[in-house]
Amino acid sequence: MSSSALAPHRELGLTDAEYDAICDRMGREPNPLELAVFSLMWSEHCAYKHSKKLLRGLPVEGPHLLMGPGENAGVVDVGDGLAVAFKVESHNHPSAVEPFQGAATGVGGILRDIFAVGARPIAVLDSLRFGELDSPRSRYLFDWAVKGIGHYGNSIGVPTVGGEVLFEASYEQNCLVNAMCVGLARHERLIRSAAAGIGNVVVLLGARTGRDGIGGASVLASAELSDQDASKRPTVQIGDPFEESKLIECCLELLERETLASLQDLGAAGLSSSSSEMASKGEVGLDLDVARVPLREADMEPFEIMISESQERMLCVVEPPLLGELHEVCERWDVRATEIGSVTDTRRLRVFDGDELVGDMPVEALVDDCPLYDLEPSPPSAPLYPSPPPRLAASADLDQSLLALLGTPSIASKRFVFEQYDPIVGSRTVRRPQAADAAVLSLANDGGNGAIAVSIDGNGRRVACDPYTGAVEAVLECARNLACVGAEPLGLTNCLNFGNPEKPHIAWQLTRAVEGLRDACLGLEVPVVGGNVSLYNEGGGGPIFPTPIVGMVGSLPDSAAVPRIGFAESGHAVALVGPFSPGLEGSELEKLRGSLASSLPAVDLAAQATALAELREAVRAGGLATVHDISEGGLAVALAECCIEGGLGAAIRLGGEASDGGITDAALFGEGPGGVVIAGPRDAVEAVPGARVIGEVGGDALEIDGALSVSVAELRGVYEGAIPAVFA
Amino acid sequence: MRFGVVRFPGSCDEVDALLACRRFGDAELLWHKDRDLAGVDAVIVPGGFSYGDYLRAGAIARFSPLMESVIEFAREGGPVLGICNGFQVLCEAGLLPGALLTNRSLRFVCRQVDVVVENPDTPFTRACAQDELLSVPVKHTTGRYFAPGVPEEQVVLRYAPGDNPNGAQDDIAGVCNAAGNVLGLMPHPEHAVDPLTGSADGGRLFESVAMAPVA
Repeated sequence: MSSSALAPHRELGLTDAEYDAICDRMGREPNPLELAVFSLMWSEHCAYKHSKKLLRGLPVEGPHLLMGPGENAGVVDVGDGLAVAFKVESHNHPSAVEPFQGAATGVGGILRDIFAVGARPIAVLDSLRFGELDSPRSRYLFDWAVKGIGHYGNSIGVPTVGGEVLFEASYEQNCLVNAMCVGLARHERLIRSAAAGIGNVVVLLGARTGRDGIGGASVLASAELSDQDASKRPTVQIGDPFEESKLIECCLELLERETLASLQDLGAAGLSSSSSEMASKGEVGLDLDVARVPLREADMEPFEIMISESQERMLCVVEPPLLGELHEVCERWDVRATEIGSVTDTRRLRVFDGDELVGDMPVEALVDDCPLYDLEPSPPSAPLYPSPPPRLAASADLDQSLLALLGTPSIASKRFVFEQYDPIVGSRTVRRPQAADAAVLSLANDGGNGAIAVSIDGNGRRVACDPYTGAVEAVLECARNLACVGAEPLGLTNCLNFGNPEKPHIAWQLTRAVEGLRDACLGLEVPVVGGNVSLYNEGGGGPIFPTPIVGMVGSLPDSAAVPRIGFAESGHAVALVGPFSPGLEGSELEKLRGSLASSLPAVDLAAQATALAELREAVRAGGLATVHDISEGGLAVALAECCIEGGLGAAIRLGGEASDGGITDAALFGEGPGGVVIAGPRDAVEAVPGARVIGEVGGDALEIDGALSVSVAELRGVYEGAIPAVFA
Repeated sequence: MRFGVVRFPGSCDEVDALLACRRFGDAELLWHKDRDLAGVDAVIVPGGFSYGDYLRAGAIARFSPLMESVIEFAREGGPVLGICNGFQVLCEAGLLPGALLTNRSLRFVCRQVDVVVENPDTPFTRACAQDELLSVPVKHTTGRYFAPGVPEEQVVLRYAPGDNPNGAQDDIAGVCNAAGNVLGLMPHPEHAVDPLTGSADGGRLFESVAMAPVA
């Protein structure tokens, strides 16, 4: 076999051994089209070759699960005959190259995964990571990624209901754009992607196929970014939300009429992956004629048509007698529908260009036979990440520390971001961004009695300190956000954003984080319903912080009494609940002081799970007006946020824990899982198990033990002003 | 009262508008390719990005077959309410004066604002008191109203002081035609019909349309 440096398979990202394996499965050398298809199907992005073995350890069973990993999205039962589909996916590398289209098509892609299972998309959430905002590149990526998300989500009539943005230098070259979509369907409308019915017709729906995104899965998503990023711009896809909105309505109407036998979106690797995955799941073969595919550019080669990542396309299988109905519906929605092939019993993907057979590959080899690699994890012997520059003097007093934290972009209000999104279209949104810790969506207009809550969380800084505990904390934080609105988690989706897994210390981060994810899911009894892995996130400056992002959907019986973040009324008692042992390791204060710890305290998962259940029940009891979890910036920041959102001050007495009787930095600004601030009428607050009353709502300043006192107006000015000031 | 809610390809808030109308009367969707208004008593042109709005907001929708019938319905005095993209469409159709320009921030903005009822003598505001404050959300990129010389009596809704989200001329949030039977506004009353989702104040507009005309 070829081993020259310019061998085509190497240029396409395949190793010599992988090329040999392909030849072995094919019984001959692949032709260029077949090699192109294999290179994508066997890429990290499509085959998960460095993560699949690891992910097999995640729990995937749960009482509410309707569809688990393997389908386009996970689906859980939310009662009343309704099902919720959800998934998170990354679009990191495209966004680092072209943030507007990269982020926009990230939203477009995850929407298609959701309606591919028959669910109407009803919410989008985004988890974003950029470098520090004093860098022009990071401001550019942040500004345009947000615009791209808004452009796509707003135009398509799906609300962006929540998300998070954090800024760390390690994301400077390699930003993260993870988008999560939530969809709603009646159980009987769910559809799978397995191609079925020999002789049935394969129909391509939606946009024309162009040269955009050619090779995106292998070129962008499966290798480290280099200084020549600009030359990769042609591999970024261009989004057309109008085309997608027609496609959504058209597909949902086709499903309502039961016209389709199966449905699959075209994402990474385009027609190659969608067709081979449909065939693999259905244990059938497919014949496709690329000459029939409507093109944007007339002179495209068959291999380009097979691997194009042009957006807003779906592939479906239809029984011949229903073709007339299919075309009628598509015409009504002005959606292009082209019969491009048929289902066969050959178990082969055969590609024709008119009458000429131009590719013939065993489906099993494409989808199932990619070699899977064992990681070779090894903990780093020296710190992987440089200490951040100190931004806060060691002599800063408590007031100054609190204001510095509120003004740090990772903590400051993200109003600048979420005001650029439509969070309300669909008439389900009961809690908008910054109103509660999780977005709450009522199902009343959909025939449901209750509501769902959704949240997306992750903290790469803490995972960088300790991959196992950091990942456990990400799951706990997400579950806590749901508990704060009274929701019980039904399922979890995750996106694992890591550096190059072929390096031992990245392999170690990935392995430990997945173990943390597994143990936390087992501890909370929440199944993983699906997810995505984004590896090779390394720019010129080294690897990103290891960043597992966790998204959860929960259900709650009644959305009318969901508490808010803001303090509601003077005189309400304020209390602290939960097993909370704040420490400065991995905290935002530690970052401001210019260091990064190399471990985190262990977490008692059983105690955390019990506390979450108790909090959920306390919220559901209805007496609490204010519930807000303690996360970045610790207790003082959480209290400040309650004051800012409610426009009310609070007088807090913690009691000193320091040796001199004074209050410690760790008590005020320390972080760690489990802590929640609650407020409400005193009897309601005291009825919550383990509640420790620490003060009461009132006045126009936040005062803590006479050691800290800042007016709500000043808190708000810093908190709301920090990010707009960067763009002023 | 039967409301008809227009559905263009790319409309986003048509179902929200339909749900809002159904709180006050019967309502159905009207398809952009049809010319038949199905005998409805009032027409709502909803928000969204009709036909993608890639050329200019509302510029294509205004030529749809259904809009020809809506224009005729409006000229005959039928009540027509354009919300956000619907407002843009009605301006493009020449049913309302002025135009909507890109927000001064050059960004999409979604926020809850207070608007003041300046003119309660229209079919859309007759359930409201003069100077009544309504809390309703805005969400748009192209909402900066511009209409030099628009007569004061055609200004139906104004952003409350300090709440102008887009730089609209004279804080104008909603404007009607000279006859008073066509209203366009940038805020979304259909997203303010239930306290559960934020506010019920927007319901006053649909309630007004559903009220029997004052003799």
